[in-house]
Amino acid sequence: MSLQFLVDGTVAGATIGLGAIGVTLTYSILRFANFAHGEFIAWGAYATLAASAAMGLLVGHATPPLGPFSFTWLTLCAAVIAMGFTGGLALGLDWLLFRRLRDKGESIIAIMASFGASMALRSLLEALFTAQPTYFTRALQIARPLGFGLRATPNQMVLVVLAGLLMIGVHLFMTRTATGRGMRAVSENPTLARVAGIDVTRVIRITWMIGGALACASGVVVGLLVQVRPFMGFDLLLPLFAAAILGGIGSVPGAVVGGFTVGLAEAAAVAFVGAQWRGAVAFAVLIAVLLVKPAGLFGRRA
Amino acid sequence: MLDLLGYAAFFGTTALTYAIMCLGLNVQWGQTGLFNVGIAGFAAIGAYTSAILTTPPTQAHLGGFALPIVAGLIGAAAAAGLASLLVGALTLRLRSDYLAITTFGVAVVVQLTCLNVQGVTGGPFGIGFIPRPFGGFADRPGAFAALQFLGMVVLTVALFLALERLAQSPWGRVLRAIREDETAAAALGKNATAYRLQAFALGGAVIGLGGALQAHAIGFIAPDNYLPALTFQIWTMLIIGGSGNNAGAIIGAVLIWGLWSGSGAALTAIFPPELQARAASLQVVAIGIILCAILVLRPRGLFGERTAVSRHVDGLETNPSTALAEQDSAPRAL
Repeated sequence: MSLQFLVDGTVAGATIGLGAIGVTLTYSILRFANFAHGEFIAWGAYATLAASAAMGLLVGHATPPLGPFSFTWLTLCAAVIAMGFTGGLALGLDWLLFRRLRDKGESIIAIMASFGASMALRSLLEALFTAQPTYFTRALQIARPLGFGLRATPNQMVLVVLAGLLMIGVHLFMTRTATGRGMRAVSENPTLARVAGIDVTRVIRITWMIGGALACASGVVVGLLVQVRPFMGFDLLLPLFAAAILGGIGSVPGAVVGGFTVGLAEAAAVAFVGAQWRGAVAFAVLIAVLLVKPAGLFGRRA
Repeated sequence: MLDLLGYAAFFGTTALTYAIMCLGLNVQWGQTGLFNVGIAGFAAIGAYTSAILTTPPTQAHLGGFALPIVAGLIGAAAAAGLASLLVGALTLRLRSDYLAITTFGVAVVVQLTCLNVQGVTGGPFGIGFIPRPFGGFADRPGAFAALQFLGMVVLTVALFLALERLAQSPWGRVLRAIREDETAAAALGKNATAYRLQAFALGGAVIGLGGALQAHAIGFIAPDNYLPALTFQIWTMLIIGGSGNNAGAIIGAVLIWGLWSGSGAALTAIFPPELQARAASLQVVAIGIILCAILVLRPRGLFGERTAVSRHVDGLETNPSTALAEQDSAPRAL
């Protein structure tokens, strides 16, 4: 039995975890399951591609890859710019759509609107960039041995570490800063938070920014390691929800643990059952959580 | 001219299969407020069940059992209803959006199953040779198309009348009471979860029936027919027609299907082949924006829900106790 699935699962878990943090935050603070969150992942990946292409034109000459990795510093700068852009996209969508439904106080309508928005955003990507997959790089990477018979490419290693740093950063932000405390207060009880002087509108803005930026980061990881295509985010949607619910709605560490669990379970299914069933794993995890512990690992209510 | 009529009949038949799925969704969402994001999955369960039951025996998939179409349709409704019952039993006691997420997952898994369990479903090749109703007239295309259309009209009207009757019945009124104010309905001794479960299963059965009718109208099904785009289409039809209104559900289905196939034909005529895939994506963008705009600007849709009251209420107005009750409430209004 090869344990290589542990490496693949960790990489997949990092991308799912990054996306699930956004899902769990919007779910607990804005109180609806955002079906358009997957589109932030795809839009983030395409935005990074576009930004790095634009910067490549500005620089005017080919930049060498960074060390053993197959991407350049341009890609990293582009990713940071695209994270800002995707956060802005999430804010824009809120301003256009969700804000108006929130005023009416109907969260289930917001879910439906997010479903329509996801369809529109994804098809817009298809219209702009076609349904054909594209790649950040076509360079082949040699997997290095990690011990215990496991192997990983330099890209995989550095991206998992970067994703981990982002997750720790968000966790520290949520627990150590006044804004983070404000976000947790709004997720507990919006009315009480408002009475206590917390600027709820600002909390909502920051929630969208963080969710969008992390979704973009997740999209860049998938894009660098696999490929970029319009459906990349939508295909991650069920794993994102499964991870967020497994971790407990509203909990950032929960979303991360949930993400790695779903990622490892998917990789195990690919290794031992068959790659064609990968898409069903998240559903199995979801059903198991709903049957056994609907509040999730770190959740308070269900 | 006859070609055109034949096409119109085929268009009408297809539109009405969507209308039936829309009626099923209306039982779940319009009347009970249950959010199903897995319509494609339940339609697929119905379509595959009926196809397996009615196709002639073959090596390509399970069966077929060469049963009459009616048996296929009953089986389809039963299978989809049973699947809905299971999903509902698992999620309806939890928060409302868990139902949305779970049904979304059901659609993903059903589509994967259709694709991968080749021995049962024919895998990526789908199932062909699904018998079409009035097959005896297949040598006369005009009469064949017209009869199919008339059959669908009769079925749709019958289903419409039955669901209308149900919506006005005490059962239907309890559903809406629960949707509007669960606590009040519970205080009157109504078991909200049980009623929701019944409505979800009934709606799922109707969606499965619609899926099966579509399979019989077209004669061929494949896993690609049951992507989330189908769910999205049905939702748009119901929201634009007016959720809670059965007539609105049917009109919305015909309208959106007309818009969808009409704009599709226009795109094919206008755009050169290399741009058609992109143009088709823009079509989906437009429908998505329409759905969101309706939700924000006119959430009641074209035809909103009508208030349903007991047919005994008219008689009650002369009843002294109600008159008294009205007097009692008058000072509060001041």
